[in-house]
Amino acid sequence: MSSPVLWYATRATGLMSLVLLTATTLLGVITANRATSARWPGFSLQDLHRRLSVLALAFLAGHILTSVVDTYVNIGWTSIVVPLASSYKRVWVALGSIGIDLLLAVAVTSFLRHKIRARTWRAVHWLAYLSWPAALSHAFGMGTDMRQGWVIVLSALCVAVVAGAGLWRLAVSTSRRRNALTLIPVHHRPDGVPVKPLSA
Amino acid sequence: MATATTDSTITTDRAVPGDRSTLLGGWRARHRADLASHLAHHGAPPLPRPGDHAWPPRLAAAVEASGLTGRGGASFPSVTKLRLLASAPGRRTVVVNGMEGEPASAKDKTLLRCAPHLVLDGAELAACAVGASRIVVCVADGDHHSADAVVRAVAERAGTALAPVTVEVKRPPGRYVAGEESALVSWLDGGPAAPGWRPDKGHSLTIGRRATLVHNTETLAHLALVARYGPESFRSRGVPDAPGTTLVTVTGAVEHAGVYEVAMGRSLGDIVHGARPTDEVAAVLTGGFGGSWVPAAALATPYAPGPLAAVGGVVGAGVLVVLARRACGIAETARVARYMAGESAGQCGPCVFGLPAVADDLGQLWRGTVDGGVLARLEARLTAVDGRGACRHPDGVARMARSALRVFTADAAAHASGRPCAFARQPSVLPATVGAIKAGTT
Amino acid sequence: MSTVIKVNPVACTAYGYCAELLPELVTLDEWGYPIVERGAVPPHLVELARRAAKDCPRRAFLLRQAATEVGSST
Repeated sequence: MSSPVLWYATRATGLMSLVLLTATTLLGVITANRATSARWPGFSLQDLHRRLSVLALAFLAGHILTSVVDTYVNIGWTSIVVPLASSYKRVWVALGSIGIDLLLAVAVTSFLRHKIRARTWRAVHWLAYLSWPAALSHAFGMGTDMRQGWVIVLSALCVAVVAGAGLWRLAVSTSRRRNALTLIPVHHRPDGVPVKPLSA
Repeated sequence: MATATTDSTITTDRAVPGDRSTLLGGWRARHRADLASHLAHHGAPPLPRPGDHAWPPRLAAAVEASGLTGRGGASFPSVTKLRLLASAPGRRTVVVNGMEGEPASAKDKTLLRCAPHLVLDGAELAACAVGASRIVVCVADGDHHSADAVVRAVAERAGTALAPVTVEVKRPPGRYVAGEESALVSWLDGGPAAPGWRPDKGHSLTIGRRATLVHNTETLAHLALVARYGPESFRSRGVPDAPGTTLVTVTGAVEHAGVYEVAMGRSLGDIVHGARPTDEVAAVLTGGFGGSWVPAAALATPYAPGPLAAVGGVVGAGVLVVLARRACGIAETARVARYMAGESAGQCGPCVFGLPAVADDLGQLWRGTVDGGVLARLEARLTAVDGRGACRHPDGVARMARSALRVFTADAAAHASGRPCAFARQPSVLPATVGAIKAGTT
Repeated sequence: MSTVIKVNPVACTAYGYCAELLPELVTLDEWGYPIVERGAVPPHLVELARRAAKDCPRRAFLLRQAATEVGSST
């Protein structure tokens, strides 16, 4: 089936996903950095982060479905999650697939958050940052609306917000780890045997 | 200043008759570490014949009648642990806790080096009583002396009727909290030697799927004596509420620092004076670094859990650190607090952040920085860390620091007003690791 | 049966959502970790306590059922 409606839907849902994922990322960084206050409490920002991420995934699903169902271009069902399986704009679609794979991993681990180890959940969640270069290059490469002024501005804004949030996250995360470790003072045994850590 | 080093001489309290039914009885500086001497002195341990199902409850009854309580610090009735494990499903393990992470304590090392066979007897008896198929002796990785002695003793018994249950020797990291029951079990199970959070202690610890009984070395040595000589022999010493003898490590401002076997209920003063204090005694740190200070005025108190608690002391790990009149209790307390902060497992916020903060306040007090609010802040922080970790480490620090503020009230007030006592710069009487801490670093 | 709050101190990393949701029962110490009032959770706060337990990112805020203490008997 082919129709201009599907084509517009693909592009519109794609842009909406971009905006929603930007907001999701920003909220995630705010809560992770503990930059909350009495007026903007952590529990509600985290709740918003979760709900927006679900909404973003919903729009993303719409984006994928409309593009695959549209027979005007040949993007097979497998290419949703398998990179380089599409015959249409192979590389750019592949980047989109990579983005989806990463976000799926984040979604699944978050759904099962308390059944898996905290470290595993956190490691996969940090992978979400990797989905950004994949998704953004996918957007620029697919090209359709990238010549429009307002789309360029919107995309640039999203990139700026995500890049800024990412850097902010990195800064706070490394400084907190450094601070916590310095708190436990090191003492030396007189026989020179170094004090061993508690892990085997 | 005398400190109990890793090679302290063992001394028996003159008041404990030097006979075979005590841990260190008749010692006379001759080691009884080899199997032949041990058997000549004590005879064979009364291990059960295979298939004797009446034996385990009999042993449990004997332990119960003796009133033996744990000598690892908690003073928990030993029979309760035995019965809990005997009723646990599946395979079982007995762990001998010879870690002795408390720097001021040397009793477990002493037992392992000089009477390893008594400890192993106790472990085998306990294993038979709970149906365990495995015994693991844990010795700190830095404690080669004790480990060598145990390994030698295990080799002497291996394959004989004295070792119905196989014994392994393991070497966990020698950190303060690593000797805590759940930390030890965690390490043996392949995890870090950090205590676990145990909101309800009803369930037994497990390694893999094996229910595990952890006992202190001294407790097991006493168990071996009770099994041989009977509960009445154990009860013939000590006092009704705290029967038996116990090992005490006396260090600090004394000439004869070392490990003493004393009858429970003996006065604190007698025990301390038996080690010959070098100066008039001002206070004694009882129980260990997580224990509490007792003023000299309370030296007449019987050394037993109940009476000691009534004067703010604690039996704990059987440690007594003597502070002389011409010394600074605040300085020693600050050193201990800084050491304990460094020994945090690093798992719980109130401990990781709170203990260094407490150490900072005590350090400030020690240096004599004028600060009207430091005592109140310290009190508040001690309340904040107490009971808010997964294990009792912060609780111990809170108890120790609070007792210091109680016992050294005048000194604390003087230090806080910028007039530290004349002895604040004295060298420490604490073990070297801790004694080396300087006022500037806290 | 009454509801009791238990905080797993090893899991807790001071997010503070519990204190935001249940200020009546939870205060934060100077380092951001929760100090919870002892005793049973008052019935009108149980719903909020459940929310706090669900929202804790580290599942450190836990609710347990405890037998209600009877005043003078036994």
